[in-house]
Amino acid sequence: MTEAYIYDAARTPRGKGRPDGSLHEVTSVALSARLLNAVKERNGLTGHAVEDVIWGNVTQVKEQGGCLARSAVLESDLDESIPGLAINRFCASGMEAVNLAANQVRGGAGQAYIAGGVEMMGRVAMGSDGAAIAVDPSLTFKTYFVPQGISADIIATEYGFSREDADSLAVESQRRAAIAWDEDRFARSIVPVRDQNGLTILDRDEYMRPGTTLEDLAKLKASFKEMGETMPGFDKVAMLKYPHLGRIEHIHHAGNSSGIVDGAAAVLIGNAEFGKAYGLKPRARIRATAKIGTDPTIMLTGPVPVTEKILKDSGMAISDIDLFEVNEAFASVVLRFMQAFQVDPGVVNVNGGAIALGHPLGATGAIIIGTLLDELERQDKTVGLATLCIASGMGAATIIERV
Amino acid sequence: MTDFTMQKDADGVAIVTWDVPGKSMNVLSLDGAAELNALIDDALADEAVKGIVITSGKKDFAAGMDLNVIAGMRQGGAQAVFDGVMTLHHLLRKIELAGMDPKTKKGGKPIAAALPGTALGIGLELPLATHRIFAAENPKAKIGLPEIMVGIFPGAGGTTRLVRKLGAMGAAPFLLEGKLSDPARAKSAGLIDEVVADPVAAAREWVLKAADADLVKPWDAKGYKMPGGEPYHPAGFMTFVGASAMVHGKTLGVYPAAKALLSAVYEGAMVPFDTALKIEARWFTHVLMNPSSTAMIRSLFINKEALEKGANRPEAPDQSVRKVGILGAGMMGAGIAYVSAMAGIKVVLIDSTQEAAERGKSYSTGLLDKAISRRKSTEEKKAEVLSRITATTDYAALAGCDLIVEAVFEDPKVKAEVTKRAEAVIPQDAIFATNTSTLPISELAKASARPDQFIGIHFFSPVDKMLLVEIIKGRETGPRAVAKALDFVRQIRKTPIVVNDARFFYANRCIIPYINEGIRMVAEGVSPTLIENAAKMMGMPLGPLQLVDETSIDLGVKIAKATKAAMGDAYPDGAVDAVIFKLADQGRLGRKTKAGFYDYDDAGKRQGFWSGLASEWPEADTQPDLTEIQHRLMFAQSLEAVRALEEGVLEDIREGDVGAILGWGFAPWSGGPFGWLDMLGAPRAAGIADSLAEKFGPRFAAPQLLRDMAAKGESFYGRFGAGKQAA
Repeated sequence: MTEAYIYDAARTPRGKGRPDGSLHEVTSVALSARLLNAVKERNGLTGHAVEDVIWGNVTQVKEQGGCLARSAVLESDLDESIPGLAINRFCASGMEAVNLAANQVRGGAGQAYIAGGVEMMGRVAMGSDGAAIAVDPSLTFKTYFVPQGISADIIATEYGFSREDADSLAVESQRRAAIAWDEDRFARSIVPVRDQNGLTILDRDEYMRPGTTLEDLAKLKASFKEMGETMPGFDKVAMLKYPHLGRIEHIHHAGNSSGIVDGAAAVLIGNAEFGKAYGLKPRARIRATAKIGTDPTIMLTGPVPVTEKILKDSGMAISDIDLFEVNEAFASVVLRFMQAFQVDPGVVNVNGGAIALGHPLGATGAIIIGTLLDELERQDKTVGLATLCIASGMGAATIIERV
Repeated sequence: MTDFTMQKDADGVAIVTWDVPGKSMNVLSLDGAAELNALIDDALADEAVKGIVITSGKKDFAAGMDLNVIAGMRQGGAQAVFDGVMTLHHLLRKIELAGMDPKTKKGGKPIAAALPGTALGIGLELPLATHRIFAAENPKAKIGLPEIMVGIFPGAGGTTRLVRKLGAMGAAPFLLEGKLSDPARAKSAGLIDEVVADPVAAAREWVLKAADADLVKPWDAKGYKMPGGEPYHPAGFMTFVGASAMVHGKTLGVYPAAKALLSAVYEGAMVPFDTALKIEARWFTHVLMNPSSTAMIRSLFINKEALEKGANRPEAPDQSVRKVGILGAGMMGAGIAYVSAMAGIKVVLIDSTQEAAERGKSYSTGLLDKAISRRKSTEEKKAEVLSRITATTDYAALAGCDLIVEAVFEDPKVKAEVTKRAEAVIPQDAIFATNTSTLPISELAKASARPDQFIGIHFFSPVDKMLLVEIIKGRETGPRAVAKALDFVRQIRKTPIVVNDARFFYANRCIIPYINEGIRMVAEGVSPTLIENAAKMMGMPLGPLQLVDETSIDLGVKIAKATKAAMGDAYPDGAVDAVIFKLADQGRLGRKTKAGFYDYDDAGKRQGFWSGLASEWPEADTQPDLTEIQHRLMFAQSLEAVRALEEGVLEDIREGDVGAILGWGFAPWSGGPFGWLDMLGAPRAAGIADSLAEKFGPRFAAPQLLRDMAAKGESFYGRFGAGKQAA
């Protein structure tokens, strides 16, 4: 079978997803196009260099609607013969773009792709595209719909993680992210965002709060307690699904959940011929990809079964993996992953994660693949696995191997 | 038979009067709807008619659809139900559009509704389709859409119209809770338009002066937006997210009507009005075809009403109670005094000390004060009610009482003594009732000089809240005593069942095994949380452990000891006793001691389970399947109901079902234990019982009756339905 290689991985810094965030002035199309231009320039791409741009994005309305991928290609300096495909698998959209591209290449449908995604959470609010699963009674009753935060708290309750466990993970995420920036570990990936005049708008992740302590976090109010216990009372719905739970422990808050940010990421995937044609050296191969559907109520446990599946499909064992990226959507998701596979916390999210750096929904899947590759190179290790939990009960994973 | 008549006057107003012959309250039948349709056609076609007023010839407007008709509609299958509902929609839509030009919305005839009194169900849905609703200044009138209470939802446009009028949030209490309002509150909520002294006159005046624009409903006008936002409007989205969760949590997924209603609202909100009506009709049909709605209508409406109207009352002249003597002013006696005085009956409340008797009377004072603070009563009413209650220690005050209700301590000796003392004073023809919950009536009757006039009237606690009264016939109880008890229960507006005398009668006989099964599971290492949730998810209002905490654990101990003494070696509940005796020994007697299976805070609010449960009876590593737990809890009750029927304690399955729902909250969605077993089907029910028996013991063995029914493919309502006596 043809191999799919990663030739480049780039991302923008993550801006706070708020009106006072640095990237708030930049449109989703512009941010996407400038990153695509960077990939084009860094790799000397010309003409119909790639078969398609597969662009993950979750909230596909307003400026992110209307096939954002095509708009981004047309706004960029890429050739108009390159089409553009916008996809949505919620938080794993960026990973799904990479996996889809890799599998197209492996299957012979084109030599190369740019895959990644964008989310301007401060400009297009999460959830503003609507979702039948949250409001259509036919679906809400069948799936025992609860919001993700409640699901994260269910994981904590079911698997026995305390507020202190979650807060400790959050403090560690902040600590590692700070070290990563101090040591310039993201240098190879970061593409500063500049305006039309070449002036820098943002060149550094700005959501982080280095030096966050357990005491700081202890002051924060649980975010999902009220909606769970009182109005409208999601805990009752959850307990219909999990009648063995006497109560839901609400441990998550703004400090141990992923941050709302703006950002974009792109990965250049191609076969060996593509690399030769452009004189590029492959950095890693995509060794395996996987996705899976899981219980939609607890919703966010996908990383465990999808990891089991990807290991089985590729004939590998957990011990074959040197480093992990498990998206820090909520602390309990990562705690559950480490508990299930008994992996050393030291090799999981080595440079911090979405709790410290933020989680631009449609981009994160591509970001963590890039972060994983950079770190494998820095530590001179070989095999890495990236995985994310996904809304409505799904999971996605990618295994990369340096070459 | 003519339900609707029309008179056209010289000013051009056609008055349509709804007056169903031979009924005190209007209900809509399919024939009635056809009559109304013809009259509306006539009036719209008649050039002399300028406007139409729809009113009632009775003191109320209408009680709703004839539920017997609704129950019957189901026989024709889904297509017949859907077609029938669409016919109603067409009629109401015709009224709403009133002949106006579809494009210009001009030229329609004004149609108003004039409600003299209560307007429920279709009795409000019809007015909602008119252009203006006038209600009389009648604070006793009830206005609303109570369909959800019997397992259906407003299916003649009421759902669609009210949501478009008030928004999803505004309509929710009326649709989802069946909230009823008096005319003033109905007006402020936006259900109706005006409250006036003479609604027909006001409506008549209005139709004569109404302009074209007054006839156009907001949802038929251009640019209509749903109040609060449709489901994908940012504010509407949050409302619908919350609505799903609240309804799901509250109905525990066992009431199909609430979910169907919500689906009709959600799907209907995003399409034009006429399409929304079609969607409403599809969901209504879906609910009507669900066996739960049939069972709920049957038990909670048709049979409940039949029992209240004396379906099982022996022939006897009116036995209404004028003066009741209540022996014992404890919690039960005080409650019985209150409900009696509220019903206009004179009460003599006796206890051994004046202080205790007065304390019993003050219970009524407390309830009335609370009612006044909630504006449900007045100082005058309170004075009037309290003046009917005489609190005393003097048995001579019982002279002239036509009914005695004895509610003293559960001790045969004490009961025998007060029986004799009372009978020495009361008239020869007075009926003597005992409110025992545990002692056999026939034994207590031995103390009576007139055992044919001696009966059991078993109230549930708290008396003022509980809707059921269990009447127990002793061996020698005569028909007049039964009639007396039934007439008394009718006076105090509760629902009676009449059963024969056997240990624990009917209700407690079924509740005790339910509680015991829950306690057994604790001893087996089943998670208490799982036990309680399993029960609630079957629609039981309280899990068995919470229930025993409420009723008190020492009562359980007492019953266990008495039962053991009576049964000797055959006593089967040692496993239960091991648990409750241990709790009782530690002073954990339930909520009243703020310690039982649950912990309670100082204010008596229930907290989590007592930590000692987990150490005394550790939870097993492998927990049973939820369905198995539910089957154990449900069969423990239902098989006991079948045995009560088989043994003749229960004479009428309607009483078994209505009594179970009102008495101890047996899964109302199921229509009661017999309704539930019918849903399962006798063969399946017998099969489950036998497999439970094999695994958990002979208490689950299928009774012979159920086995016979399984063999013959019979159902309870097929075999014992409406009035058919048990074999």
